[in-house]
Amino acid sequence: MLRLAPALIIALLVLPVGAGLMMVLLPAFGYLPTLGGHGASLAPWQMLFDQPGLGRSVMVSFASGLVSTAVALVIVVLFLAASRGTWLDRGIRRLVSPLLAIPHAAIAFGFAFLIAPSGLVARLISPSLTGWERPLDTLIINDPWGFSLMAGLVLKEVPFLLLMSLAALPQLAPERRLMLARSLGYSPTIGWLKTVCPSLYPLIRLPVYAVIAYATSVVDMALILGPNLPPTLSVSILSWFNDPDISQRFMASAAAVLQLGVTVAALLCWWLLEQLIRSLTRYWLINGSRQRGEIILRLVGRSALLFSSITALAALVGLGLFSLAGFWRFPEVLPQMLTLDHWQRSGPMLATPLINTALIGLISTALATALVLATLENEHRQHIQPKRALWLLYLPLLVPQIAFLFGLIVAVESLGIRPQLGLVIAGHLLFVLPYVYLSLAETYRRLDPRWLKVARSLGVSRSAAFWRVRLPLLLAPLLTAFAVGLAVSIGQYLPTQLLGAGRVTTVTTEAVALASGSNRRLIGVWALVQAGLPLIGFILALGLPRLLGTHRRDLAT
Amino acid sequence: MPTRHPLRLAIAITMLAFTVPASANPDPSDWQSVVAQAEGQTVYWNAWGGDTRTNRYIDWVAKQMQAQYDVEVEHVKLDDTGSAVARVLAEKQAGNNDDGSIDLIWINGENFAAMRESDLLFGPFAESLPHFALTNATDNPEVVTDFTLPTEGYESPWGKAQITFYYDSAQTETPPQDMQALLAWAKDNPGQFSYPRIPDFTGSTFLKQALIELTDQEKALYQPVSESDFEAVTEPLWAYLDALHPHLWRSGRAFPDSGPNLRTLMSDGEISLAFSFYPTDAAVAVMEYELPESVRSYVLEGGTLGNVHFVAIPYNSPHKAGAMVLANFLLSPEAQAQKQSLAMWGDRSVLDIEQLDAETQTLFEQGDRHPSELPADALSNTLPEPHPSWMTALQNAWLERYGVN
Repeated sequence: MLRLAPALIIALLVLPVGAGLMMVLLPAFGYLPTLGGHGASLAPWQMLFDQPGLGRSVMVSFASGLVSTAVALVIVVLFLAASRGTWLDRGIRRLVSPLLAIPHAAIAFGFAFLIAPSGLVARLISPSLTGWERPLDTLIINDPWGFSLMAGLVLKEVPFLLLMSLAALPQLAPERRLMLARSLGYSPTIGWLKTVCPSLYPLIRLPVYAVIAYATSVVDMALILGPNLPPTLSVSILSWFNDPDISQRFMASAAAVLQLGVTVAALLCWWLLEQLIRSLTRYWLINGSRQRGEIILRLVGRSALLFSSITALAALVGLGLFSLAGFWRFPEVLPQMLTLDHWQRSGPMLATPLINTALIGLISTALATALVLATLENEHRQHIQPKRALWLLYLPLLVPQIAFLFGLIVAVESLGIRPQLGLVIAGHLLFVLPYVYLSLAETYRRLDPRWLKVARSLGVSRSAAFWRVRLPLLLAPLLTAFAVGLAVSIGQYLPTQLLGAGRVTTVTTEAVALASGSNRRLIGVWALVQAGLPLIGFILALGLPRLLGTHRRDLAT
Repeated sequence: MPTRHPLRLAIAITMLAFTVPASANPDPSDWQSVVAQAEGQTVYWNAWGGDTRTNRYIDWVAKQMQAQYDVEVEHVKLDDTGSAVARVLAEKQAGNNDDGSIDLIWINGENFAAMRESDLLFGPFAESLPHFALTNATDNPEVVTDFTLPTEGYESPWGKAQITFYYDSAQTETPPQDMQALLAWAKDNPGQFSYPRIPDFTGSTFLKQALIELTDQEKALYQPVSESDFEAVTEPLWAYLDALHPHLWRSGRAFPDSGPNLRTLMSDGEISLAFSFYPTDAAVAVMEYELPESVRSYVLEGGTLGNVHFVAIPYNSPHKAGAMVLANFLLSPEAQAQKQSLAMWGDRSVLDIEQLDAETQTLFEQGDRHPSELPADALSNTLPEPHPSWMTALQNAWLERYGVN
């Protein structure tokens, strides 16, 4: 049974993505009999390339993926290099993991309200410092080159990359490396960058690639913060797929294929940058310079991460205020009155979406965790190195959702599978599984094998050793992986809406539907509910091990 | 029939028998059997879900349907009606012709035209609904016409919308009454007005509104766009927009992404003149603390574009009987009166109220007018919607001109 796990996982992830891509490729080259497309043609591509502003859309998608990832990575690496395990550093780390749980759309709404000319920051300084009685008419959000979009993406990418790095770090024994470097006279930050960082990067490379793929094709954040004349490629694709003029589907499909190309190009470009940086820093790593840049790097390392976390929190505070606000207009810093009206009106509509969200999240994450554990345990028992084929696990993270989900609907309908809860759960599994694997695999592999040897030598069977030794030892990372999986599931919009035909309502689908009405007070309510759920997951993940009395600090974190 | 050969007749009848699908569609003219067939069905009604008042009304409808007809109504909340059209299309592409996931769609205009053209709708059924007669379609042709296209019974009227402007009377005393005045006003109040980015529905409607007023070939708009010289007809519009854009919010370098987003900008104090497709929008927003009490609504002097919105049944709906019973209930005086009351939703009725009996008419009496609401007679001057092909042509031309900043 266990031996089938890796194959099962790969089939589960690769088949749907492949089928979905197929169903998009066909119309992209003119084959869609329902709309009278019977042969191969390049007309959809011609139509696509005739769209005004296509070049800019592609550029913004490409650039925002690379720039936001680079900035987020630098922030995380410098923080790790500069942090010395002080209470402040620990505090920042604790602050960051719940931020991972907050859905992109919620952060985007809050961030938009924070930085808009009529937003929270401008209100804090107006009219006292600025003299503005009316908001300034300047373009901040939706700027043509996507800077506000990139900033919003950074806010969300930092917690993810930090968590992934923290999970990978212990196996490098950074303290010992650093001690050695310091004994040779290196200052701490420089020492960390020269001795730990080069070994850390290969371990977080896959998460970085996943971030790039996500950022080049993100829809919800781009809708709220991104440029709109023209919008990013992914936003255009969504509007073409939903266009009343249904012959646009040909072009939409071609654009979805183009999106895949843009994402692949961004990944390639990143890979080239990796090579470049490697050769550029080769000399610096061994030049023996021990102190230069220490102070500035340490300052930036501490302040940048703190700043991005505080910004994300302030965005949430803004949303929270709005969910309670009566009339509230620029330049008032606080609402004229507070009211529970918006919460009360939403209350009765919360029950079904909450139940569905919890059900889908728990089942898909439980399935994903079981499959991942089975794969990893199989790997351990067969004494095999992680297979190269496991790269395929990340396919759903690397192929943009928008490129294959519309095709997947057609494929699923052709098989006679009707939209239902089960289908939505299966769809979520596609995205939850890779993240659970990503957060669990390294910790699992590096668990000291002597524990299990001791157990076996005491006459315990393999499966008993798994259940009674390995799982309890891995409880904390297991729960963290579970919480990450839950957060991923709760945040899914397109898969839920498309695979469930809108019948399966979750907190996220309701929030997006309401967001189209642009009522910021209600958006505040739903975004907070949406953010609150995964937060509960993280609090449980952090608190449960203590409740269960497993204080085994030095084992696995 | 040109030939009466018995064999041919027999073949014809047999073939006819075979064309009737296994799950026969209900016959709208036999209403009793439709109601009987509907019992126990669950109707998935796909409707835009961006407004809590609309959602609350649909919730009320669902309760009534359960109690009165034993039909369960599930509101599938959409952020964009186009996604429902895309869904039906995907189902057809996959060969799912009798077990679709959508039973009723809230629809009009472009989406309706597109679905009709691709044979994605069931019908005709609308004119067989018992309550349809109350709309008095002979005197109110707008209930059987959607963007100049005859509905031919493929969609049933539900409510009425009309472009309504609103402004903050604390900041503006005399709001502009026509397009030229709007340009002058925008010059005096730079950055205080905008319209949603094309291809948004409300934004496209603003283009049509401006075009009707500015062009001297108004008649051409009510024919397919291919029958006229697009450049000549729309020339005045582009000249007007070229002049207007530098004075818009963000100097026309960005546009709000949707109609409701205009309201948010007004609420933030970024703009002080806006418009909506829902005449009661401003009043409702004041009631929900979004807009200041100084907001007032009005309609342009020359009238504004208005249209009727409908509900339609996809060709592959498995619950057509239930969907028809629902469409009929939506036309009942009870449901229409509830919909019109500002406390519930505030969407205008499609019934010919003066034709109703006196007792039923009292259902539609409103209480005191909200100060931010339109005066009662303001909506008498309604301009009809142009042919749907104009919408697409205008959108493409706009994107061509202003789509890249």
